Amino acid sequence: MHATWIIAKKELQSYFDSLIAYILLVLFLGFSGFFTWLFGSDIFMVGQASLQTFFSIAYWTLFFFTPALTMRLLAEEKKTGTLELLLTKAITDRQVVTGKFLAALLLVFVALACTFPYVVTLSYIGDIDAGEIFCGYAGLALMSGAYISIGLYASSLTNNQIVAFLLALSIGLFFHIIFEVLAGSFTGITAQVFATLSLNNHFESLSRGVVDTRDVIYFLSLIFLGLFLAEMSLTKRNLN
Amino acid sequence: MEIQIENLSKNYGPQKAVDRISFEVKPGEVLGFLGPNGAGKSTTMKMITGYLAIGDGDVRIGGKSVRDHGDDLKRHIGYLPENNPLYLDMPVIDYLTFCGALQGMTPDAIRRRLREMIAVCGLNAEKHKKIGELSKGYRQRVGLAQAMIHDPEILVLDEPTTGLDPNQIVEIRNLIRELGKAKTVVLSTHILPEVEATCDRILIINQGRIVANGTADTLRKQATGQEVIRLRIEDAPLAEVMNALRGMPTVDTVEVVDKELNRLELQSRTGMSSRREVFHLCVAKGWVLSELTPLETRLEDIFRNLTTN
Repeated sequence: MHATWIIAKKELQSYFDSLIAYILLVLFLGFSGFFTWLFGSDIFMVGQASLQTFFSIAYWTLFFFTPALTMRLLAEEKKTGTLELLLTKAITDRQVVTGKFLAALLLVFVALACTFPYVVTLSYIGDIDAGEIFCGYAGLALMSGAYISIGLYASSLTNNQIVAFLLALSIGLFFHIIFEVLAGSFTGITAQVFATLSLNNHFESLSRGVVDTRDVIYFLSLIFLGLFLAEMSLTKRNLN
Repeated sequence: MEIQIENLSKNYGPQKAVDRISFEVKPGEVLGFLGPNGAGKSTTMKMITGYLAIGDGDVRIGGKSVRDHGDDLKRHIGYLPENNPLYLDMPVIDYLTFCGALQGMTPDAIRRRLREMIAVCGLNAEKHKKIGELSKGYRQRVGLAQAMIHDPEILVLDEPTTGLDPNQIVEIRNLIRELGKAKTVVLSTHILPEVEATCDRILIINQGRIVANGTADTLRKQATGQEVIRLRIEDAPLAEVMNALRGMPTVDTVEVVDKELNRLELQSRTGMSSRREVFHLCVAKGWVLSELTPLETRLEDIFRNLTTN
């Protein structure tokens, strides 16, 4: 556990040292703030004291930002050879993967925490549903977790960051939208399978304030699957 | 802690990278791992350090198998990988602290060792710089410092002196010698004088197999079954000298090296020496013996003999 935290701290530090963190925070807050408050179907247009608009914007912005966070985590280490250095320290493959996962997740938490003034502002405008807002944030956090672990897996497959980014995005695209589209164009059991796989369905019910353990289990299993696969592909160096 | 390697093998697909090698390194010993590129040096080191899984056979460190106790044993090993990979965007101090922490050191112990390592590796002027801003020689020192920060009992160094200037090379060699008095050190290199200067024992490996194992002197003795001397005999007709030398009972072959200067190379029969006979011959004939040099087989020759086939 201790070693995991050391890795996480180092990665988080390097996010902030390399400006990636600041650029992503500014972009994330800029995009989501602009569309939540100023443009399109913003809060004033909708006319409800609800962060629904923000959640559906963040649903997309985070989808694009998480691969940018994860792309270098393992790919760069593989390319420069530092992975060998890391894995010959008193640390397991799993601790490396989890530590890096935590670092990216914490950065997303920081980004989400920066939107807290939205909630405060909204509470002045009208009566807010605290439960719904909490669920929305939890949904965003779980979704980011899922995409981070997918991104980590993509990053573990290659030593090229661009490839890792695009790979993570294209795997993510299936969960984000393609499964949902497929669910709509089939019927019966096939449609049900695709609907279950679609991340959008699970996110929407959560962000509406409906806590269903099945949704939570869905996100957690995506996270664990991604982390497991990433760990496996690090361990793969040992196979003949 | 000693390292015991028993019938260690590793295949990359159909290619045998390491083929049933066995050897042992004891504390207080510096083992030089020598071999041409692709001989299996790095692969062996990667298996010792637990980066690569063991193919066949076993690596035992302090009596414990790396197969079963790999993760615990890593704490006792300091490793400098080939090409010295580093996080270029980290400052030297942060990087060394990070490495120490990963090896399970307490913050206090890290602070103490950090100061020591910076002094030992001569990094004082550079300690606040980012590693990416350092020259290759300094990066190499950072690599060594990270390998030693947790004061490991075993040091595995893959080509530790590449990229250093001659002064630094001498410093690092002295450092390795010093460390080798108490620790178990395995270092790989293909610089031959380096092995002679730093290692107690040499292991030459070729195509995944051990082809020689011993001190520089024993290797030399094995390789030089016959005495070879270089002669220069002046004031004498070459043909006559050749005939006289060939007629001596101890002489195996005589070759002319330089006709103008009457330089010859003389190889004695196994176990015999011709130096005294040559002297007496020259005295008897009134020739001037102006040069007589016994030729040691150089490590280079041994290496080339063993690794070219």
